[in-house]
Amino acid sequence: MAESPTFSPYTPNTPADREEMLRAIGVSSIQDLFGDIPQTFRTPSLSIPPPLSEMELQRELEALAAENHRAVQGPCFLGAGAYRQFIPAVVQAIASRGEFLTSYTPYQPEVSQGTLKAIYEFQTMTCQLFDMEVANAGMYDGATSLAEGALMACRVTRRYKVAYLDTLSPSYLQVLTTYTAAQDVQPYPVSADSAATLEPDTACLVVQHPNFFGYLEDLADLEQAARRAGALLVVSTDPIAAGMIRPPGSYGADIVTAEGQPLGIPMSFGGPYVGLFTCKSEYLRQLPGRIAGRTVDSQGQPAYVLTLQTREQHIRRERATSNICTAEALIGLMATVYLATLGKEGLREVAELCYHKAHYAASIIQDIPGYSLPLNGTFFREFVVQCPRPPAEINATLLKQGILGGLDVSDMIPNGVLLCVTEMNTRDDIDALAAALRELGR
Amino acid sequence: MKSVDSMTDAPDQKLLMEHSVPGRRGVRLPPLDVPEQPLPESSLLRDNLPLPELSQPEVVRYFTRLSQLNYSVDTHFYPLGSCTMKYNPKVNDQVASLPGMASIHPLAPEESSQGALKLMHRLQDYLSDISGMAATSLATMAGAQGELSGVLMIRAYHLERGQPQRRTMLIPDSAHGTNPASAAMGGFQVTSIPSDSHGNMDLTALKEVVNDDLAGIMLTVPSTLGLFENDIVEICDVVHRAGGLVYGDGANMNALLGQAKLGELGFDVMHINLHKTFSTPHGGGGPGSGPVCAGEWLAPYLPGPIVEDNGQEYQLTMPAKSIGKVSAFHGNFGVLVRAYAYIRALGGEGLRQVSEDAVLNANYLMAKLKDAYDLSYDRLCMHEVVLSASRQKKQGVRGLDIAKRLLDYGFHAPTMYFPLIVDEALMIEPTEAESKETLDAFIEAMLSIANEVAEDPDIVSHAPHTTPVSRLDEVRAARQPDLRWQPGR
Repeated sequence: MAESPTFSPYTPNTPADREEMLRAIGVSSIQDLFGDIPQTFRTPSLSIPPPLSEMELQRELEALAAENHRAVQGPCFLGAGAYRQFIPAVVQAIASRGEFLTSYTPYQPEVSQGTLKAIYEFQTMTCQLFDMEVANAGMYDGATSLAEGALMACRVTRRYKVAYLDTLSPSYLQVLTTYTAAQDVQPYPVSADSAATLEPDTACLVVQHPNFFGYLEDLADLEQAARRAGALLVVSTDPIAAGMIRPPGSYGADIVTAEGQPLGIPMSFGGPYVGLFTCKSEYLRQLPGRIAGRTVDSQGQPAYVLTLQTREQHIRRERATSNICTAEALIGLMATVYLATLGKEGLREVAELCYHKAHYAASIIQDIPGYSLPLNGTFFREFVVQCPRPPAEINATLLKQGILGGLDVSDMIPNGVLLCVTEMNTRDDIDALAAALRELGR
Repeated sequence: MKSVDSMTDAPDQKLLMEHSVPGRRGVRLPPLDVPEQPLPESSLLRDNLPLPELSQPEVVRYFTRLSQLNYSVDTHFYPLGSCTMKYNPKVNDQVASLPGMASIHPLAPEESSQGALKLMHRLQDYLSDISGMAATSLATMAGAQGELSGVLMIRAYHLERGQPQRRTMLIPDSAHGTNPASAAMGGFQVTSIPSDSHGNMDLTALKEVVNDDLAGIMLTVPSTLGLFENDIVEICDVVHRAGGLVYGDGANMNALLGQAKLGELGFDVMHINLHKTFSTPHGGGGPGSGPVCAGEWLAPYLPGPIVEDNGQEYQLTMPAKSIGKVSAFHGNFGVLVRAYAYIRALGGEGLRQVSEDAVLNANYLMAKLKDAYDLSYDRLCMHEVVLSASRQKKQGVRGLDIAKRLLDYGFHAPTMYFPLIVDEALMIEPTEAESKETLDAFIEAMLSIANEVAEDPDIVSHAPHTTPVSRLDEVRAARQPDLRWQPGR
């Protein structure tokens, strides 16, 4: 078995090719090309393990994947920002096409009409979902989308305080704080009651709807409160809920963002996802990120192009609306294919399946002695259950039985667990969860 | 000449909403298997959901035909400078799609996701090794987010030392736009440093501007001119002596794998673009991943979470003085799996060979093209070569026209008009993944275009002629924004 130790199936150059190219360049060895690197720092040692064949690589990754089996088998009642939803086969089939997968950001519109038109469709769909006027091509994820929304509200209002409703996801709040701290903006919490009187010079009121605990907020009231204070209403919402719940745009929200993951994107341990970002058209010039627009080519036929680029970092540099460059175009495409496949009736059905199953689960769990629903109001597909013992103990036992329990929120609600039910949970799953909880409550 | 087979068909002018026919469905869902529950009051429900109604074959054909309007690495040579459009191995997509990877909930108990955490821990170690740094965070979801995190770490470092006045970030005039944009987002004032006649940073200018307000410098290595800064060690020294820190933009790391470690050269913190150097697919503009690697003294400020091995198991933790979270969960895991697979497939020596072939290919292009096009800096380059079309501009044809004409020859355009300091820049990065035959065909096309400029400039200045659409009216796009389908239009 004679084989060059540096042979790589991903690189075509043979030793003969290299010789010929070196001659054309006029140097005698490849290392001569690295002469600008100070000698003492050249060719450091690497402690990366030796190469694997494709077969060995598959085996290694399959073994690593197998170590995660308890996380992926069995029913899942975990949500809190990432959701196990049904993904039609069409989504992966389209996203696997090399023409989409291996293309760059469509800066050359003549050879990127596929990506550009898909972005235009994505912008259309996100606007339609949330009843908003304009959308961008997508942000990194739901959390950064919301953070950029708050920063955008600061630019629009030229104010530098951000209020957030205290039912916001803790991890979204952490990301918001990272982003706003950089601009010397300190977010402050308000409750549904205290939101009525926001501090002076508040740029925006940030609301998650449905909130972190799964419940709908009173957006009509909150919109009034923001308006009275001269602040913008920034809503982080859920695209599946938009299948049946009245969308934030219809309440007059100024900026609406969301995590796009539930729209046909694998959970993939937290990413890649896509942040949806929409706003009123009057704020268009302050939008962060890329935007595709429809125009015509020199023959007058309709064509698509990245537009309004003077907002962006590659043109405006330190005065750009954001530093975002590479975002999540492929994931945006997947969400677009998902929405096209599910369509008007399909998305409503998914939303209704989630709603009815979640409410069924809540109704049987709250009938179990020792368990109750501590929060009031209308929830969508997540709800908090107060347990008779610490959720950590309950979840550990559930995991042994092959069930992924809900998120332990006992730091916020005593013995609270945030349960999520989607269309993927069968009645048998839900009944099994309830039976296990009953056993654990004894 | 036809470069994209489907271009003989006129593109589908209709949008999804215009294809919609009431009653069509793209997928069937299971019936409700629990008793129907009472709905909320109707004021909370939406009355209209304006999404398209399409059957599955229509959806598939619509998007498949769209895909055929794209150039991509799988179909074409994509010599886009600074973007490292190399081959994306298919096995990487396959392993990232294993259910044990793709279906893990990010908040699943750590004991149930040890395989994923182990992979992340190893990748952290590999990237720390490659960069010569002490620790790595994988939480950042793109290069620009890595930059933002890096400058926030620098800011936190100075604040903790009681030096809040350190708010000046130095950035060379050749830098990517994300550098100044990230510095501004991080609360810094940007000062631009000029380049000298050899394409290096002007060291005298640097020494003149460093003072007690200096927070740090952001340097791309090799620079966006495709050159390795001759004075790199001294630049780091000057900045450090003034109390500043050195940030490395790793966008061009494809030149340096196993050739030099930024940590050893004197850099304090850097990011790496997995979607460039480590072969994860660009996806038409993401997903990316921009891990941040830091020296011992900055490691406590890394964005979190990072994965630690406590001897019993792998766990997610926040570094002691972390600048915080930058993503809802732990970064773009699916991208991390692909990069991990790439590193494992190549090994250390294979990675070194990647940079050698990338630099060899770029220099080969330079050697063959430098007679027909101008070179701003006549010296060996690293992984990319920056040509100038200033000679052609005098003949009435611009760099943009040459780039567009390349599309007719079946090549993606190079990066144009960047770096900003090169007149009519054409920045060409071949990567290691292209064969000599492809490079020769590209050279032939470039030489042929140079001839056309002399003999038939109109064919170049009106290019492309064979693509699905011709040049676009970008002014109209910006002046009359049409950014979505709307009913009745």
